[in-house]
Amino acid sequence: MEQKNLKETVLRISGVNPRKCMKCGKCSGTCPSYDEMEFHPHQFVYMVENGEIEPLMASKSIYRCLTCFACVERCPRQVEPAKLIEAVRLTVIRQQGQNHLKPDAIPALLDEDMPQQALVTAMRKYAK
Amino acid sequence: MVFSYYPGCTLRTKAKELDRKARLAAKELGIELCEVPEWQCCGGCYPVAKDEIATKLSAVRTLMAAKEADRPVVTVCSACHNVLKRVNDDMKNDPVISDRANRYLQNEVPYQGEAEVLHFLEMLRDKVGFDRIAEKVTKPLTGRKIAAYYGCLLLRPGKVMAFDDPENPTIIEDFIRALGAEAVVYPYRNECCGAYLALEDRDSVKKKSSAVLNGAKAGGADSVITACPLCLYNLQKCGGEIPVLYFTELLFEALGLE
Ligand code: SF4
Ligand code: SF4
Repeated sequence: MEQKNLKETVLRISGVNPRKCMKCGKCSGTCPSYDEMEFHPHQFVYMVENGEIEPLMASKSIYRCLTCFACVERCPRQVEPAKLIEAVRLTVIRQQGQNHLKPDAIPALLDEDMPQQALVTAMRKYAK
Repeated sequence: MVFSYYPGCTLRTKAKELDRKARLAAKELGIELCEVPEWQCCGGCYPVAKDEIATKLSAVRTLMAAKEADRPVVTVCSACHNVLKRVNDDMKNDPVISDRANRYLQNEVPYQGEAEVLHFLEMLRDKVGFDRIAEKVTKPLTGRKIAAYYGCLLLRPGKVMAFDDPENPTIIEDFIRALGAEAVVYPYRNECCGAYLALEDRDSVKKKSSAVLNGAKAGGADSVITACPLCLYNLQKCGGEIPVLYFTELLFEALGLE
């Protein structure tokens, strides 16, 4: 997909308007996965706005977001960065052969206490 | 009082005790929980994207069953509760999602978010009342210091969940006090435990969950309670010395059940 289409897709499926962002950085400040991300929540916001979607799609940061919604709750401008991250991730895993988690890999990741909830959630987040 | 009850996949498998004790405690409080017939897994997490419709349908079916039965639907698991409440909000307030979901289901009468979704704790607070629960306590947990762990799913997004103040909740602390114990308020009680990263990066989860447990410990807690099977798993796997329990276990104990 071309950059322009990618940006449109991400905006459409997220429902986010990144232009509302005032670049305060509060979303990244409150993100529990901040240390593990190459691109942080506020960077998703301005990179999407600039149409820089491909670097976000290639980054492991999209699998680090926990959808905890801390960034959404605490953003003073109601930008909802988590929804952009979700949209970028979906743009990747909806492509053929791009699942981040494959069912065959799952048995090795389990222990006997792992709740089903973890599996169904991970399959929803990481695979299509 | 009669409610529809949605257990969800984990309460049927790894979290059987969460389910069993919730049912027995409810019975003791004079509440009848009628399981939703033929319920399906909610999917574990709310599908955030605007164009995700099919992934919301199992939740819509549960909500429609509650509407049909004309009773609020109660859940114990934080994740199921989060999914059901948010999908219900979409069906009520997002005409595009609501219209498309209703078309998929070929509903003659469209479902428009009429059902009421309640977490078990909300049911205790709003329908029973913590004061009445305090009266029913036969074995008060006097002297115990208990830390409530909310995590993210019960509280956020605050406007939709409308569970409690998302930044300074009190419902679980009030519940703890109603059972006769002391509630410990500590940092990180409404931050994420690491959630589904448990599958691919346990170290990352450990970092996040340890912050929670360390906060509870520094506050002098002797145990931590949660409503979420995945939070419980993540906190327990941290290997801290503090026991992590389901909130229903405390209720069960304080009501003198065995
Ligand atoms: S918290 Fe909101 S306004 Fe601030 S940088 Fe993040 S998205 Fe922008
Ligand atoms: S939803 Fe994702 S990006 Fe936002 S604070 Fe949570 S982990 Fe960070």
